[in-house]
Amino acid sequence: MALLEVKDLSVFYGVIQALKGISFEVNEGEIVTLIGANGAGKTTTMQSVIGLIPAQSGTVVYDGQDITKLPCHKIVHLGMSQVPEGRRIFQELTVYENLVMGAYSVKNKSGFKDDIDRIYTRFPRLAERKNQIAGTLSGGEQQMLAMGRALMSHPKLLMLDEPSMGLSPLLVDQVFEIIKDINKDGTTILLVEQNAGKSLAISDRAYVLETGSIVLTGTGAELAASDEVKKAYLGG
Amino acid sequence: MKLIETLISGLSMGSTYAMIALGYTMVYGIAKMLNFAHGDVIMVGGYMIFVTLSATGNPLLGLLAAVLFCVVLGVTIEKVAYKPLRGASPLAVLITAIGVSKLLQSTAQVVFGTAQKMVNVGDLGYLSWNGLTVQISTLVTLGCSMVLMVALSLFVKYTRTGRAMIAVSEDRGAAQLMGINVNKIIMITFAIGSALAAFAGLFMLMKSPSLTNTLGAMPGIKAFTAAVIGGIGSIPGAMLGGLLMGVVEAISLTVPAIAPYTDAIEFIILIVILLVRPTGILGKKRREKV
Repeated sequence: MALLEVKDLSVFYGVIQALKGISFEVNEGEIVTLIGANGAGKTTTMQSVIGLIPAQSGTVVYDGQDITKLPCHKIVHLGMSQVPEGRRIFQELTVYENLVMGAYSVKNKSGFKDDIDRIYTRFPRLAERKNQIAGTLSGGEQQMLAMGRALMSHPKLLMLDEPSMGLSPLLVDQVFEIIKDINKDGTTILLVEQNAGKSLAISDRAYVLETGSIVLTGTGAELAASDEVKKAYLGG
Repeated sequence: MKLIETLISGLSMGSTYAMIALGYTMVYGIAKMLNFAHGDVIMVGGYMIFVTLSATGNPLLGLLAAVLFCVVLGVTIEKVAYKPLRGASPLAVLITAIGVSKLLQSTAQVVFGTAQKMVNVGDLGYLSWNGLTVQISTLVTLGCSMVLMVALSLFVKYTRTGRAMIAVSEDRGAAQLMGINVNKIIMITFAIGSALAAFAGLFMLMKSPSLTNTLGAMPGIKAFTAAVIGGIGSIPGAMLGGLLMGVVEAISLTVPAIAPYTDAIEFIILIVILLVRPTGILGKKRREKV
Protein backbone atom coordinates (compact mmCIF):
# COMPACT_ATOMS: atom_id res chain seq x y z
CA MET A 1 0.00 0.00 0.00
CA ALA A 2 1.28 3.46 -0.86
CA LEU A 3 2.18 5.44 2.26
CA LEU A 4 3.04 8.48 0.18
CA GLU A 5 1.52 9.20 -3.20
CA VAL A 6 2.62 12.27 -5.13
CA LYS A 7 0.66 13.12 -8.30
CA ASP A 8 1.55 15.78 -10.90
CA LEU A 9 3.30 17.95 -8.33
CA SER A 10 4.35 21.35 -9.70
CA VAL A 11 6.32 23.96 -7.83
CA PHE A 12 7.35 27.40 -9.04
CA TYR A 13 9.94 29.79 -7.65
CA GLY A 14 8.60 33.02 -9.09
CA VAL A 15 8.39 32.34 -12.83
CA ILE A 16 10.83 29.44 -12.75
CA GLN A 17 9.20 26.04 -12.65
CA ALA A 18 11.28 23.84 -10.35
CA LEU A 19 9.01 20.80 -10.52
CA LYS A 20 7.13 20.07 -13.73
CA GLY A 21 4.36 17.80 -12.57
CA ILE A 22 6.19 14.86 -11.02
CA SER A 23 4.47 11.71 -9.79
CA PHE A 24 5.92 9.03 -7.57
CA GLU A 25 4.96 6.84 -4.67
CA VAL A 26 6.54 5.30 -1.62
CA ASN A 27 5.03 2.07 -0.32
CA GLU A 28 5.00 1.12 3.31
CA GLY A 29 8.28 -0.49 4.36
CA GLU A 30 10.24 0.55 1.29
CA ILE A 31 13.40 2.55 0.80
CA VAL A 32 12.79 4.80 -2.20
CA THR A 33 15.47 7.09 -3.58
CA LEU A 34 15.29 10.14 -5.79
CA ILE A 35 18.59 10.59 -7.57
CA GLY A 36 19.54 13.48 -9.77
CA ALA A 37 22.10 16.18 -10.34
CA ASN A 38 22.32 19.51 -8.56
CA GLY A 39 19.30 21.63 -9.38
CA ALA A 40 17.20 18.71 -10.61
CA GLY A 41 14.53 19.51 -8.01
CA LYS A 42 15.27 16.90 -5.35
CA THR A 43 15.27 19.23 -2.36
CA THR A 44 12.29 21.12 -3.77
CA THR A 45 10.40 17.82 -3.92
CA MET A 46 11.26 17.01 -0.31
CA GLN A 47 10.31 20.46 0.96
CA SER A 48 7.12 20.58 -1.02
CA VAL A 49 5.96 17.14 0.15
CA ILE A 50 6.39 18.11 3.82
CA GLY A 51 4.70 21.49 3.30
CA LEU A 52 7.66 23.83 3.63
CA ILE A 53 7.07 25.25 0.16
CA PRO A 54 3.64 25.40 -1.46
CA ALA A 55 2.72 23.37 -4.52
CA GLN A 56 1.07 25.21 -7.40
CA SER A 57 -0.71 22.11 -8.62
CA GLY A 58 -0.87 18.39 -8.04
CA THR A 59 -1.67 16.39 -4.92
CA VAL A 60 0.26 14.78 -2.11
CA VAL A 61 -1.56 11.98 -0.32
CA TYR A 62 0.01 10.62 2.85
CA ASP A 63 -1.41 7.69 4.77
CA GLY A 64 -4.71 8.03 2.92
CA GLN A 65 -5.05 11.76 3.65
CA ASP A 66 -4.66 14.66 1.22
CA ILE A 67 -1.91 16.80 2.76
CA THR A 68 -1.22 19.05 -0.25
CA LYS A 69 -2.52 22.18 1.43
CA LEU A 70 -1.47 21.37 5.01
CA PRO A 71 1.24 23.48 6.68
CA CYS A 72 4.47 21.73 7.59
CA HIS A 73 3.87 21.50 11.33
CA LYS A 74 0.58 19.67 10.83
CA ILE A 75 2.15 17.20 8.42
CA VAL A 76 4.89 16.47 10.95
CA HIS A 77 2.22 15.69 13.55
CA LEU A 78 0.85 13.06 11.13
CA GLY A 79 4.08 11.10 11.44
CA MET A 80 6.29 12.39 8.68
CA SER A 81 9.80 13.50 9.55
CA GLN A 82 12.64 14.98 7.57
CA VAL A 83 16.39 15.28 7.90
CA PRO A 84 16.86 18.43 5.86
CA GLU A 85 19.67 19.20 3.47
CA GLY A 86 22.62 20.60 5.41
CA ARG A 87 21.27 18.92 8.60
CA ARG A 88 20.07 22.19 10.13
CA ILE A 89 20.49 21.10 13.72
CA PHE A 90 19.97 23.78 16.36
CA GLN A 91 23.55 24.96 16.69
CA GLU A 92 23.16 26.86 19.96
CA LEU A 93 21.41 24.02 21.78
CA THR A 94 23.04 20.96 23.29
CA VAL A 95 22.79 17.52 21.71
CA TYR A 96 20.21 16.55 24.32
CA GLU A 97 18.15 19.70 23.75
CA ASN A 98 18.15 19.04 20.02
CA LEU A 99 16.68 15.61 20.68
CA VAL A 100 14.08 17.22 22.98
CA MET A 101 13.10 19.47 20.07
CA GLY A 102 12.77 16.38 17.90
CA ALA A 103 10.11 15.07 20.28
CA TYR A 104 8.15 18.34 20.10
CA SER A 105 5.30 16.76 18.15
CA VAL A 106 4.98 13.77 20.52
CA LYS A 107 1.94 14.40 22.69
CA ASN A 108 2.52 11.59 25.18
CA LYS A 109 5.77 12.34 27.01
CA SER A 110 5.84 9.11 29.03
CA GLY A 111 7.96 7.35 26.41
CA PHE A 112 10.46 10.17 26.17
CA LYS A 113 13.14 8.52 28.31
CA ASP A 114 12.94 5.31 26.29
CA ASP A 115 13.09 7.24 23.02
CA ILE A 116 16.21 9.09 24.10
CA ASP A 117 17.84 5.83 25.19
CA ARG A 118 16.90 4.23 21.88
CA ILE A 119 18.59 7.10 20.01
CA TYR A 120 21.68 6.92 22.26
CA THR A 121 21.91 3.19 21.59
CA ARG A 122 21.71 3.68 17.85
CA PHE A 123 24.13 6.63 17.93
CA PRO A 124 26.56 6.02 20.83
CA ARG A 125 28.51 9.14 19.86
CA LEU A 126 25.47 11.29 20.74
CA ALA A 127 25.31 9.74 24.21
CA GLU A 128 28.98 10.59 24.77
CA ARG A 129 28.35 14.17 23.72
CA LYS A 130 24.85 14.75 25.03
CA ASN A 131 25.74 17.95 26.91
CA GLN A 132 27.89 19.40 24.17
CA ILE A 133 26.68 22.41 22.17
CA ALA A 134 25.57 20.94 18.86
CA GLY A 135 27.35 23.55 16.75
CA THR A 136 30.69 22.23 17.99
CA LEU A 137 30.09 18.68 16.75
CA SER A 138 31.92 17.34 13.70
CA GLY A 139 30.02 17.07 10.42
CA GLY A 140 29.46 13.34 10.87
CA GLU A 141 28.21 13.77 14.42
CA GLN A 142 25.87 16.53 13.29
CA GLN A 143 24.44 14.17 10.67
CA MET A 144 23.87 11.54 13.38
CA LEU A 145 22.19 14.17 15.53
CA ALA A 146 19.95 15.31 12.67
CA MET A 147 18.91 11.69 12.10
CA GLY A 148 18.40 11.06 15.81
CA ARG A 149 16.35 14.24 16.12
CA ALA A 150 14.15 13.21 13.20
CA LEU A 151 13.59 9.77 14.74
CA MET A 152 12.46 11.17 18.10
CA SER A 153 8.95 11.73 16.72
CA HIS A 154 8.47 8.05 15.72
CA PRO A 155 7.95 8.84 12.05
CA LYS A 156 6.18 6.39 9.77
CA LEU A 157 7.94 8.05 6.87
CA LEU A 158 11.46 9.39 7.29
CA MET A 159 12.77 11.62 4.53
CA LEU A 160 16.50 12.19 4.27
CA ASP A 161 17.88 14.94 2.05
CA GLU A 162 21.50 14.29 1.05
CA PRO A 163 22.54 12.60 4.29
CA SER A 164 25.96 11.72 2.91
CA MET A 165 26.84 15.24 1.79
CA GLY A 166 30.22 16.44 2.97
CA LEU A 167 31.08 13.28 4.89
CA SER A 168 34.22 11.16 4.64
CA PRO A 169 33.85 7.86 2.69
CA LEU A 170 33.94 5.88 5.93
CA LEU A 171 31.14 7.95 7.43
CA VAL A 172 29.13 7.74 4.21
CA ASP A 173 29.14 3.93 4.49
CA GLN A 174 28.11 4.21 8.12
CA VAL A 175 25.21 6.56 7.28
CA PHE A 176 23.87 4.17 4.63
CA GLU A 177 24.15 1.27 7.10
CA ILE A 178 22.14 3.24 9.63
CA ILE A 179 19.48 4.08 7.04
CA LYS A 180 19.17 0.38 6.25
CA ASP A 181 18.84 -0.38 9.97
CA ILE A 182 16.18 2.26 10.53
CA ASN A 183 14.22 0.81 7.61
CA LYS A 184 14.58 -2.73 8.98
CA ASP A 185 13.02 -1.52 12.23
CA GLY A 186 9.90 -0.60 10.30
CA THR A 187 10.33 2.99 9.15
CA THR A 188 9.60 3.76 5.52
CA ILE A 189 12.35 5.82 3.91
CA LEU A 190 12.38 8.41 1.15
CA LEU A 191 15.96 9.29 0.33
CA VAL A 192 17.39 12.02 -1.85
CA GLU A 193 21.00 11.54 -2.89
CA GLN A 194 23.69 12.60 -5.27
CA ASN A 195 25.62 9.52 -4.27
CA ALA A 196 23.68 7.35 -6.72
CA GLY A 197 25.77 4.20 -6.34
CA LYS A 198 25.42 3.81 -2.60
CA SER A 199 21.80 4.88 -2.47
CA LEU A 200 20.65 2.60 -5.30
CA ALA A 201 22.37 -0.31 -3.55
CA ILE A 202 20.10 0.00 -0.52
CA SER A 203 16.92 1.10 -2.35
CA ASP A 204 13.89 -1.02 -3.17
CA ARG A 205 12.93 1.42 -5.89
CA ALA A 206 14.28 4.66 -7.27
CA TYR A 207 13.37 7.58 -9.50
CA VAL A 208 15.71 9.69 -11.59
CA LEU A 209 14.91 13.38 -11.49
CA GLU A 210 16.17 15.66 -14.25
CA THR A 211 15.41 19.42 -14.37
CA GLY A 212 12.11 19.05 -12.59
CA SER A 213 10.83 15.88 -14.29
CA ILE A 214 11.07 12.20 -13.50
CA VAL A 215 12.81 10.61 -16.45
CA LEU A 216 13.41 7.07 -15.26
CA THR A 217 12.14 4.67 -12.63
CA GLY A 218 12.77 1.11 -11.58
CA THR A 219 14.12 -1.02 -8.77
CA GLY A 220 17.40 0.00 -7.24
CA ALA A 221 19.19 -2.83 -9.00
CA GLU A 222 17.58 -2.07 -12.38
CA LEU A 223 18.61 1.56 -12.26
CA ALA A 224 22.10 0.73 -11.05
CA ALA A 225 22.44 -1.49 -14.12
CA SER A 226 20.89 0.97 -16.58
CA ASP A 227 23.25 2.51 -19.09
CA GLU A 228 21.76 5.96 -18.77
CA VAL A 229 22.16 6.01 -14.99
CA LYS A 230 25.66 4.57 -15.25
CA LYS A 231 26.69 7.25 -17.69
CA ALA A 232 25.08 10.19 -15.91
CA TYR A 233 25.40 9.34 -12.24
CA LEU A 234 27.76 6.46 -11.65
CA GLY A 235 30.73 7.80 -13.57
CA GLY A 236 30.67 4.87 -16.00
CA MET B 1 25.97 57.37 49.28
CA LYS B 2 25.22 59.61 46.32
CA LEU B 3 26.87 57.08 44.04
CA ILE B 4 24.77 54.23 45.40
CA GLU B 5 21.61 56.27 44.97
CA THR B 6 22.62 57.04 41.41
CA LEU B 7 23.33 53.38 40.72
CA ILE B 8 19.98 52.27 42.12
CA SER B 9 18.10 54.83 40.11
CA GLY B 10 20.14 53.87 37.04
CA LEU B 11 19.42 50.18 37.47
CA SER B 12 15.74 50.98 37.93
CA MET B 13 15.58 53.06 34.75
CA GLY B 14 17.70 50.41 33.07
CA SER B 15 15.35 47.64 34.06
CA THR B 16 12.52 49.61 32.44
CA TYR B 17 14.62 49.85 29.28
CA ALA B 18 15.28 46.13 29.58
CA MET B 19 11.53 45.41 29.71
CA ILE B 20 11.13 47.28 26.42
CA ALA B 21 14.32 45.94 24.88
CA LEU B 22 13.10 42.38 25.48
CA GLY B 23 10.12 43.08 23.23
CA TYR B 24 12.38 44.31 20.45
CA THR B 25 14.90 41.53 20.77
CA MET B 26 12.42 38.65 21.02
CA VAL B 27 10.42 39.84 18.04
CA TYR B 28 13.63 40.37 16.09
CA GLY B 29 14.98 36.95 17.05
CA ILE B 30 11.79 35.06 16.32
CA ALA B 31 9.93 36.99 13.62
CA LYS B 32 13.15 38.45 12.10
CA MET B 33 11.72 41.94 11.97
CA LEU B 34 12.20 45.26 13.74
CA ASN B 35 8.90 46.21 15.30
CA PHE B 36 9.27 49.97 15.43
CA ALA B 37 5.72 50.27 16.75
CA HIS B 38 6.83 48.56 19.96
CA GLY B 39 7.58 51.83 21.77
CA ASP B 40 4.08 53.07 21.02
CA VAL B 41 2.53 50.02 22.65
CA ILE B 42 4.02 51.43 25.89
CA MET B 43 2.20 54.69 25.23
CA VAL B 44 -1.10 52.87 24.64
CA GLY B 45 -0.48 51.01 27.91
CA GLY B 46 0.06 54.39 29.58
CA TYR B 47 -3.30 55.65 28.36
CA MET B 48 -5.01 52.46 29.53
CA ILE B 49 -3.54 53.06 32.99
CA PHE B 50 -4.75 56.68 32.80
CA VAL B 51 -8.28 55.66 31.85
CA THR B 52 -8.57 52.89 34.43
CA LEU B 53 -7.02 55.04 37.13
CA SER B 54 -9.47 57.87 36.42
CA ALA B 55 -12.36 55.43 36.65
CA THR B 56 -11.32 53.29 39.61
CA GLY B 57 -8.36 54.98 41.31
CA ASN B 58 -6.62 51.62 41.52
CA PRO B 59 -3.16 51.50 39.88
CA LEU B 60 -3.05 47.68 39.97
CA LEU B 61 -6.30 47.51 38.04
CA GLY B 62 -4.72 50.03 35.69
CA LEU B 63 -1.75 47.74 35.17
CA LEU B 64 -3.99 44.75 34.58
CA ALA B 65 -6.07 46.66 32.02
CA ALA B 66 -2.91 47.90 30.32
CA VAL B 67 -1.38 44.42 30.13
CA LEU B 68 -4.55 42.87 28.71
CA PHE B 69 -5.13 45.66 26.22
CA CYS B 70 -1.50 45.73 25.07
CA VAL B 71 -1.44 41.96 24.58
CA VAL B 72 -4.55 42.13 22.40
CA LEU B 73 -3.12 45.16 20.59
CA GLY B 74 0.27 43.53 19.99
CA VAL B 75 -1.25 40.31 18.70
CA THR B 76 -3.67 42.25 16.48
CA ILE B 77 -0.89 44.40 15.03
CA GLU B 78 1.07 41.28 14.21
CA LYS B 79 -1.92 39.56 12.60
CA VAL B 80 -3.19 42.53 10.60
CA ALA B 81 -0.01 44.37 9.68
CA TYR B 82 2.94 41.99 9.80
CA LYS B 83 1.68 38.48 9.13
CA PRO B 84 0.55 39.26 5.56
CA LEU B 85 4.12 40.43 4.93
CA ARG B 86 5.80 37.19 5.98
CA GLY B 87 8.46 36.59 3.36
CA ALA B 88 8.21 40.12 1.96
CA SER B 89 11.29 42.33 1.72
CA PRO B 90 12.57 43.58 5.11
CA LEU B 91 12.16 47.14 3.87
CA ALA B 92 8.41 46.64 3.32
CA VAL B 93 8.07 45.27 6.85
CA LEU B 94 10.09 48.14 8.30
CA ILE B 95 7.97 50.79 6.55
CA THR B 96 4.84 49.02 7.75
CA ALA B 97 6.12 49.04 11.33
CA ILE B 98 6.81 52.76 11.13
CA GLY B 99 3.31 53.21 9.70
CA VAL B 100 1.79 51.29 12.60
CA SER B 101 3.79 53.46 15.00
CA LYS B 102 2.39 56.65 13.45
CA LEU B 103 -1.11 55.15 13.40
CA LEU B 104 -0.97 54.42 17.14
CA GLN B 105 0.37 57.90 17.96
CA SER B 106 -2.24 59.62 15.82
CA THR B 107 -5.08 57.51 17.16
CA ALA B 108 -4.05 58.37 20.72
CA GLN B 109 -3.99 62.04 19.76
CA VAL B 110 -7.46 61.85 18.25
CA VAL B 111 -8.89 60.02 21.25
CA PHE B 112 -7.11 61.79 24.11
CA GLY B 113 -6.14 65.15 22.59
CA THR B 114 -2.75 66.83 22.44
CA ALA B 115 -2.61 68.15 25.99
CA GLN B 116 -0.47 66.08 28.32
CA LYS B 117 -2.26 64.10 31.01
CA MET B 118 -0.96 63.89 34.54
CA VAL B 119 -1.19 60.33 35.74
CA ASN B 120 -0.67 60.01 39.46
CA VAL B 121 -0.19 56.33 40.15
CA GLY B 122 0.19 57.06 43.87
CA ASP B 123 3.18 58.25 45.87
CA LEU B 124 4.86 55.34 47.61
CA GLY B 125 7.17 57.63 49.54
CA TYR B 126 10.85 57.37 50.35
CA LEU B 127 13.05 54.88 52.07
CA SER B 128 15.88 56.30 54.15
CA TRP B 129 18.64 54.18 55.54
CA ASN B 130 22.04 55.37 56.83
CA GLY B 131 21.89 58.56 54.82
CA LEU B 132 20.71 56.69 51.74
CA THR B 133 17.44 58.00 50.31
CA VAL B 134 15.66 56.01 47.63
CA GLN B 135 12.18 56.37 46.20
CA ILE B 136 10.18 53.23 46.90
CA SER B 137 8.74 53.37 43.38
CA THR B 138 12.31 53.02 42.10
CA LEU B 139 12.77 49.84 44.13
CA VAL B 140 9.38 48.51 43.02
CA THR B 141 10.33 49.04 39.38
CA LEU B 142 13.66 47.32 39.88
CA GLY B 143 12.14 44.42 41.84
CA CYS B 144 9.24 43.82 39.46
CA SER B 145 11.49 43.91 36.41
CA MET B 146 13.94 41.46 37.94
CA VAL B 147 11.12 39.05 38.75
CA LEU B 148 9.73 39.37 35.23
CA MET B 149 13.15 38.86 33.65
CA VAL B 150 13.88 35.76 35.72
CA ALA B 151 10.41 34.41 34.94
CA LEU B 152 10.91 35.02 31.24
CA SER B 153 14.33 33.33 31.26
CA LEU B 154 12.92 30.28 33.02
CA PHE B 155 9.95 30.20 30.64
CA VAL B 156 12.18 30.24 27.58
CA LYS B 157 14.60 27.66 28.92
CA TYR B 158 12.26 25.14 30.49
CA THR B 159 8.84 25.19 28.83
CA ARG B 160 7.86 23.53 25.58
CA THR B 161 6.71 26.85 24.14
CA GLY B 162 9.86 28.61 25.31
CA ARG B 163 12.08 26.00 23.68
CA ALA B 164 10.01 26.31 20.52
CA MET B 165 10.79 30.04 20.59
CA ILE B 166 14.51 29.30 20.69
CA ALA B 167 14.13 26.82 17.84
CA VAL B 168 12.20 29.29 15.66
CA SER B 169 14.75 32.02 16.30
CA GLU B 170 17.58 29.70 15.31
CA ASP B 171 16.12 28.14 12.19
CA ARG B 172 12.52 28.69 11.21
CA GLY B 173 12.46 25.89 8.63
CA ALA B 174 14.03 23.34 10.95
CA ALA B 175 11.59 24.41 13.68
CA GLN B 176 8.68 23.69 11.35
CA LEU B 177 10.16 20.28 10.66
CA MET B 178 9.96 19.62 14.42
CA GLY B 179 6.22 20.22 14.18
CA ILE B 180 6.33 23.74 15.61
CA ASN B 181 3.57 26.10 14.48
CA VAL B 182 5.69 29.14 13.69
CA ASN B 183 2.74 31.52 13.38
CA LYS B 184 1.57 30.57 16.84
CA ILE B 185 5.04 31.09 18.31
CA ILE B 186 5.33 34.51 16.67
CA MET B 187 1.92 35.43 18.08
CA ILE B 188 2.98 34.38 21.59
CA THR B 189 6.18 36.39 21.21
CA PHE B 190 4.22 39.52 20.36
CA ALA B 191 1.91 38.86 23.32
CA ILE B 192 4.82 38.56 25.76
CA GLY B 193 6.62 41.60 24.34
CA SER B 194 3.46 43.71 24.56
CA ALA B 195 2.74 42.62 28.14
CA LEU B 196 6.26 43.67 29.14
CA ALA B 197 5.71 46.98 27.34
CA ALA B 198 2.60 47.58 29.47
CA PHE B 199 4.70 47.04 32.61
CA ALA B 200 7.26 49.47 31.23
CA GLY B 201 4.45 52.00 30.73
CA LEU B 202 3.52 51.77 34.39
CA PHE B 203 7.15 52.05 35.51
CA MET B 204 7.62 55.17 33.40
CA LEU B 205 4.51 56.82 34.80
CA MET B 206 5.70 55.99 38.32
CA LYS B 207 8.90 57.83 37.55
CA SER B 208 7.33 60.81 35.83
CA PRO B 209 3.55 61.34 35.69
CA SER B 210 3.23 63.25 32.43
CA LEU B 211 1.65 61.29 29.58
CA THR B 212 1.50 62.29 25.92
CA ASN B 213 1.12 60.31 22.72
CA THR B 214 4.90 60.24 22.31
CA LEU B 215 5.55 58.68 25.70
CA GLY B 216 7.03 55.59 24.08
CA ALA B 217 9.07 57.25 21.35
CA MET B 218 12.35 58.08 23.12
CA PRO B 219 12.36 55.12 25.52
CA GLY B 220 11.54 52.95 22.51
CA ILE B 221 14.58 54.17 20.62
CA LYS B 222 16.80 53.88 23.70
CA ALA B 223 15.56 50.38 24.47
CA PHE B 224 16.12 49.40 20.86
CA THR B 225 19.66 50.77 21.19
CA ALA B 226 20.02 48.75 24.39
CA ALA B 227 18.88 45.61 22.56
CA VAL B 228 21.47 46.20 19.84
CA ILE B 229 24.22 46.90 22.40
CA GLY B 230 23.38 43.64 24.18
CA GLY B 231 23.18 41.77 20.89
CA ILE B 232 19.85 41.87 19.07
CA GLY B 233 18.06 38.54 19.26
CA SER B 234 19.64 37.68 22.61
CA ILE B 235 17.37 37.75 25.66
CA PRO B 236 20.15 38.10 28.27
CA GLY B 237 21.69 40.65 25.91
CA ALA B 238 18.58 42.85 26.04
CA MET B 239 18.57 42.67 29.84
CA LEU B 240 22.24 43.56 30.05
CA GLY B 241 21.99 46.28 27.43
CA GLY B 242 18.97 47.84 29.15
CA LEU B 243 20.62 47.90 32.57
CA LEU B 244 23.84 49.30 31.11
CA MET B 245 21.89 52.02 29.32
CA GLY B 246 20.07 53.02 32.51
CA VAL B 247 23.22 53.16 34.62
CA VAL B 248 25.10 55.20 32.01
CA GLU B 249 22.15 57.57 31.81
CA ALA B 250 21.91 57.98 35.60
CA ILE B 251 25.62 58.60 36.03
CA SER B 252 25.75 61.00 33.12
CA LEU B 253 22.80 62.98 34.52
CA THR B 254 24.62 63.58 37.83
CA VAL B 255 27.65 65.19 36.18
CA PRO B 256 26.61 68.76 35.35
CA ALA B 257 29.17 69.18 32.58
CA ILE B 258 27.89 66.25 30.51
CA ALA B 259 24.28 65.99 31.71
CA PRO B 260 22.82 67.87 28.70
CA TYR B 261 24.54 65.39 26.38
CA THR B 262 23.21 62.26 28.09
CA ASP B 263 21.26 61.00 25.07
CA ALA B 264 24.22 61.59 22.78
CA ILE B 265 26.52 59.74 25.17
CA GLU B 266 24.25 56.70 25.10
CA PHE B 267 24.28 56.55 21.33
CA ILE B 268 28.05 57.08 21.26
CA ILE B 269 28.38 54.02 23.49
CA LEU B 270 26.29 52.12 20.95
CA ILE B 271 28.63 53.15 18.17
CA VAL B 272 31.75 52.25 20.14
CA ILE B 273 30.41 48.85 21.17
CA LEU B 274 29.33 48.06 17.62
CA LEU B 275 32.80 49.02 16.36
CA VAL B 276 34.39 46.59 18.79
CA ARG B 277 31.71 43.87 18.64
CA PRO B 278 29.47 44.23 15.58
CA THR B 279 27.03 41.64 16.93
CA GLY B 280 26.66 43.37 20.31
CA ILE B 281 27.96 42.23 23.70
CA LEU B 282 26.16 38.88 23.80
CA GLY B 283 25.25 38.69 20.13
CA LYS B 284 25.54 35.39 18.36
CA LYS B 285 28.24 34.76 15.87
CA ARG B 286 26.91 32.27 13.38
CA ARG B 287 28.96 29.12 13.46
CA GLU B 288 29.15 27.23 10.22
CA LYS B 289 30.27 23.66 10.02
CA VAL B 290 30.40 21.25 7.16
